[in-house]
Amino acid sequence: MIKVGLFIPCYIDQFYPKVGIATLELLHKIGLNIVYPLKQTCCGQPLANSGAHKEAIPVCKNFVRNFSEFDYIVSPSGSCVYYIREHYNILDQTNEVKKVRQNTYELCEFIVDVLGMEDLKIEYPHKVGIHQSCHGLRGLKLGMPSELVAKQFSKVHQLLGKAKGIEIISLDRKDECCGFGGTFSVIEPEVSVKMGKERIRDHQIKGAEIITATDMSCLMHLEGIIRRQNWDTKVVHIAEILNCNRL
Amino acid sequence: MIGHSEKAAQFLKDENRADWHDQTLWMVRQKRDRAAWSVPEWEDLREEASQIKNHALSNLDNYLLQFEEKVIGNGATIHWASDAQEFNDLILRIIQKNGAKKIVKSKSMLTEECGLNPFLEKNGLEVVDTDLGERIIQFRNEPPSHIVLPAIHLKKEEIGELFEEKLKTAKGNSDPQYLTAAARSHLREKFLAADVAITGVNFAIADTGTVVVCTNEGNADMGVHAAKIQIHCMGIEKIIPGTNELAVFTRMLARSATGQPITTYTSHYRKPKAGGQMHVVIVDNGRSKLLGNETYRNSLKCIRCGACMNTCPVYRRSGGHSYNYVIPGPIGSILGPDSDINKFKDLPFASTLCGSCTNVCPVKINIHDLLYDWRQEISEKKLLPLSKRYLMKIVGKVLAQNALYNWAGKIARWAIRNLPGNMVYHQINVWGRERELPEAPQQSFKQWYTKNSLERRSENEQG
Repeated sequence: MIKVGLFIPCYIDQFYPKVGIATLELLHKIGLNIVYPLKQTCCGQPLANSGAHKEAIPVCKNFVRNFSEFDYIVSPSGSCVYYIREHYNILDQTNEVKKVRQNTYELCEFIVDVLGMEDLKIEYPHKVGIHQSCHGLRGLKLGMPSELVAKQFSKVHQLLGKAKGIEIISLDRKDECCGFGGTFSVIEPEVSVKMGKERIRDHQIKGAEIITATDMSCLMHLEGIIRRQNWDTKVVHIAEILNCNRL
Repeated sequence: MIGHSEKAAQFLKDENRADWHDQTLWMVRQKRDRAAWSVPEWEDLREEASQIKNHALSNLDNYLLQFEEKVIGNGATIHWASDAQEFNDLILRIIQKNGAKKIVKSKSMLTEECGLNPFLEKNGLEVVDTDLGERIIQFRNEPPSHIVLPAIHLKKEEIGELFEEKLKTAKGNSDPQYLTAAARSHLREKFLAADVAITGVNFAIADTGTVVVCTNEGNADMGVHAAKIQIHCMGIEKIIPGTNELAVFTRMLARSATGQPITTYTSHYRKPKAGGQMHVVIVDNGRSKLLGNETYRNSLKCIRCGACMNTCPVYRRSGGHSYNYVIPGPIGSILGPDSDINKFKDLPFASTLCGSCTNVCPVKINIHDLLYDWRQEISEKKLLPLSKRYLMKIVGKVLAQNALYNWAGKIARWAIRNLPGNMVYHQINVWGRERELPEAPQQSFKQWYTKNSLERRSENEQG
């Protein structure tokens, strides 16, 4: 049986354990042998995003130590997965590092591309807007970005579209950045919040009750604005929706 | 110096205006999308354009020499300038040698980069920018806020007021057609009186010695045809091999820039008019150094279409002037630090690295990757504030060790839950100025998992 390692990014571990739990439950229900290595911390991206990739190296090495034994590594974060695949080139390319880079998948991508599943028998009677997180979309190619002249698709839409009772709204700007951007959110807080407000408004105008995304970091930023403004739009990570089933 | 972040915050103080700026440029992005989709082979064209530029840059020495030979053969004069000072002096010499006083200039980011206008004015010459947007900002004594739409930060009412003062137009009339007509007759006089016409160059064709200038207003032609002396200014990277290659770029430039199939005028200048002079000035000003830099070399492929600005969600909400550098937006945030790393070290951080710029770039510059690379270099050169450097060292240590990480997470969550609001939302909490922090749960996922797997194990053992 294939061995799957679960990577729960640091901020999900600390602030959104329910997203980790939903991911774990879902993968269990699918019937996978899934293990959460206990000494994991972070992928290293917060440092490298700030320019400190040298300081990130010990963090990346810790990740590789924790995960190199697995056939697949799955994580409910497109951004962290993108960082591991794209930027672990700063490490010596040992067999372990290469293996980790090749086998780390974002949750939706893992379900669609590796498991070949499309219908998770979800029931989700809500009006939902899908925020396409940039690193998942443009980095991992979970969908075709609107800038490119090529056949449009989206793995996230594919999975959610099968859910019973769901209504997926279409946005005016279907894949504009939410303004989180890691350290950008505190280096340029005004622009970051302005971008976030507009992303939320686009969803609200179209009547979305819920904004979902592959990345909780985008949603943490949007939720922070929503709560401050006392708006009633909710944010729900994609793993929580995918877990609404009786598999 | 005030950095991008502060200037952007200033820009956003007028929220209605910021929204208008964002929506105006978003419309340009949408026009670009429609234009790109009208060419089914768009992505192939991008690849071809990228490869042509790679090829031309890799063989720049030969192509430049070939170009020089052809230019001379066509009866024009060629000049070389290694930096901005040499360039400015050279232009001044051409002007003074001919006893010229009045100069008209069509759009050229190179002359902006070198500060040609203030230099010539200091030497007692009149320089009139003839592109409408450029003329507007020249009246206002401002730098362009966009490389294709230099006055995009201004509303028509403001232009109405400006023209009322400068061109004596009717008070309160901001009808674009009326204002354009006023500018047109004003510029006609300038064209007719000019001794020298200066233009930028979009493409320089090596095998014919032709320079190609793309405009929508025909102002480059008006200047060149009326003045006795024409001077075309180009960076060394403008070279392309031949007219076949030009065809690729003319299909992409305007589509990427404004969503038009092609600019209204694509002017080819090859030789001087009878009794006139044609000068071509080739400028380095840091470009050959950039060419030698393996990491950032790709940025020399830029054809100055401005698509990365129109699509950039940060640019649209911070305005071109917030970048401080002559070329704003994503591509400017790569070129700026290359010209002066100390002065522009904040620019690579003025991005969410969303990658939209890279996807619209017609010559496939990996813009967001290069911004990421600059961040690393700026950090390694110890140009970040000391506080941030120490913070990174500490965060690095914490995140690398499981026990330390667990402990720090626990404390952070405890603090959010238990400290009084005015301590948590203290001024130094930049996140919390306009956003709530996430609710901090009692248990981390790791704590939950450990407890759960222990329970499960004991259940199994009991069972």
